[in-house]
Amino acid sequence: MKTFDYRKALTPEAAVETFDGETARFIAGGTNLLDLMKLQVETPDKLVDISRLDLASIDEREDGGLTIGALVPNADLAADPRVIDRYEVLSRALLAGASGQLRNKASTGGNLLQRTRCYYFYDTGSRCNKRTPGSGCDAIGGANRILAVLGTSEHCIATHPSDMAVAMRALDATVLTLKRDGDRRRISIHDFYRLPGDTPHIETVLDTGELITHIELPKPPSGRQAYRKVRDRASYAFALVSVGAVIHIQERRIARAAFAFGGLAPMPWRSQAVELALIGKAPTRDTFEAAADALLAEAKGFGGNDFKIPLARRTLIATLRDLTEH
Amino acid sequence: MQFTINGRAFEADVDIRTSLLDLCREHLDLTGAKKGCDHGQCGACTMLINGRRVNSCLTLAVMHQEDEIITIEGVGDPQGLHPLQHAFVRHDAYQCGYCTPGQICSAIGMLDEIKKGWPSHVSADLSSPVFDDQEISERMSGNLCRCAAYTNVVDAIREVADSAANDRTADEKDKVMADEVMA
Repeated sequence: MKTFDYRKALTPEAAVETFDGETARFIAGGTNLLDLMKLQVETPDKLVDISRLDLASIDEREDGGLTIGALVPNADLAADPRVIDRYEVLSRALLAGASGQLRNKASTGGNLLQRTRCYYFYDTGSRCNKRTPGSGCDAIGGANRILAVLGTSEHCIATHPSDMAVAMRALDATVLTLKRDGDRRRISIHDFYRLPGDTPHIETVLDTGELITHIELPKPPSGRQAYRKVRDRASYAFALVSVGAVIHIQERRIARAAFAFGGLAPMPWRSQAVELALIGKAPTRDTFEAAADALLAEAKGFGGNDFKIPLARRTLIATLRDLTEH
Repeated sequence: MQFTINGRAFEADVDIRTSLLDLCREHLDLTGAKKGCDHGQCGACTMLINGRRVNSCLTLAVMHQEDEIITIEGVGDPQGLHPLQHAFVRHDAYQCGYCTPGQICSAIGMLDEIKKGWPSHVSADLSSPVFDDQEISERMSGNLCRCAAYTNVVDAIREVADSAANDRTADEKDKVMADEVMA
């Protein structure tokens, strides 16, 4: 690990003020950042410790929504009775991720910003455009079994690893931030992530030194919710494919559908095409097949991960079947 | 830097990069917690920070100067074993023993999470999880045992959890009787 200057911030304002230089990093739980620092994938010259900021509460909003402090640990968020009651997909997604120890430490804000687990990103002996812009991508044509089939570019096929962020997309969350100039922003989760294109090292729309302070969940959606995750072992593994789903059926027709996917793309993937294929239709096998067609129309495998395309189809159809059966 | 570990105050002059695990093992002679992977994947380094189980390899010592840290040395000793330590011996819940300090610290944190009613990935009803072997396996999945003593680890934890539940039931019965006497 390269050495660094360590500063502890006691207020969000002090945190953004203390953050200077391109290579500084905020540290909260640190479960991903420190791992990357040990491997020298991340080499910040300064760490701003935000773990003691007063951002660890979950507060009620007037419309029944919740404002979640960026420092609420994943474990606490998953176990909050209001989250279980109103946003089951979020609780389920969090509980499907990591281990008990990691969920105790990992923060809500940090979870949104965790980096890909692409082997080539972690291996500093390999070429990776995300780690070293312009160096090339050894994952394309390499061992890419766990990597993306949607939203990729010729420069990067990494997947976003978060389960939580998939649920946040299905729930239309909003990310609240504080910028270094003191401005505050509200960023829809749908606008928060960037596809790799030719700049895979830039993963979100956050500016340098912009601090996530809260995540806001809107009024709870009506209908049923589910999170289905397919992985190589039953526990403590990243998703090969996951589906975060909210569906509302009225008079035997699908009135509302919100579907987000993990393990398939460089960001938590929300597909409007899937939703358009479902809304207004009866919940039948044909409807589900059409939704899967819509999801995967643009899907492209890279050899090792070709299996994800039929796996995503089956996982989506199974999720729809479970949610619409009585 | 100053630390509170197992109820004792410690002072150490260490590099800013030092993990909580390395602080304990390399500087404070607390070698119970083990370094397995050093990447948060194996759980051998599990400690309790303010009562919560965490991977001590994935956190900086400097960030925990205000916290109460418990390592396996603070859980029990040969003269006064913790019930989980007794249970691990009784059920032969290890072979080489390298993962055991982490397993026990993790189990202490995990049983406390169950007491708080926290659900897990395998809970059918997130609001009222049922406590069974499948729940123990899922909740302990952050602790690897390469000797694969898993079934005995589950048995040991199950025994302690059941006896704690029985104690609670007994306490409740005592309380009911006491209330009746008072009435």
